[in-house]
Amino acid sequence: MIKQYETVFIATPVLSEAQMKEAVKKYTDLIVRKGGEVVYEEDWGLKQLAYPIQKKSTGFYYLIEFKADTQFIERLETEYRRDERIIRFLTFAMDKHAIAYAEKKRANKQENK
Amino acid sequence: MAQNTEIRYLNPPTVEVRKKKYCRFKKAGIKYVDYKDAEFLKRFLNEQGKILPRRLTGTSLKFQRKVAQAVKRARHLALLPYVTDLLK
Repeated sequence: MIKQYETVFIATPVLSEAQMKEAVKKYTDLIVRKGGEVVYEEDWGLKQLAYPIQKKSTGFYYLIEFKADTQFIERLETEYRRDERIIRFLTFAMDKHAIAYAEKKRANKQENK
Repeated sequence: MAQNTEIRYLNPPTVEVRKKKYCRFKKAGIKYVDYKDAEFLKRFLNEQGKILPRRLTGTSLKFQRKVAQAVKRARHLALLPYVTDLLK
């Protein structure tokens, strides 16, 4: 069953820009290869963490909104756990209110760009 | 049985006028609490970063659960601290 998900992950600040791009590409390709569809991507860049994670106080945040099959999520999360560049991740199943909210946010983002 | 004697106060207890609390989500028609929006969630935390109870914020039970869930997700993603001082 295809559902809409939203995943945010934090990469270690030690990464160079290229490695960060490569890490992101790896996950977006994984989604597309497994029959999912990336709806929206957002790069929050280097942000200050509220508390140190693994002795690091900053991290690269990246958000991916995608549609995928329910079994795929487990595969994605084991991939996250294996990848040592990712220090934290969160996957979130979006209900209809969340989807409406995300669409509205994207709409007025386009507006004021 | 001890018959309850009328308790007499020295000075009459001042009943402070109770502002009618309202649930800001129902009023504003917000349907979804976004866990990524740390600024908005901060209004529901006190200085130590703890979640404010319903009796202070006046939110309805349904939205208090959504707010609590969103705050916990934001804490997991290090958008909000678990405990801090002078959060504001």
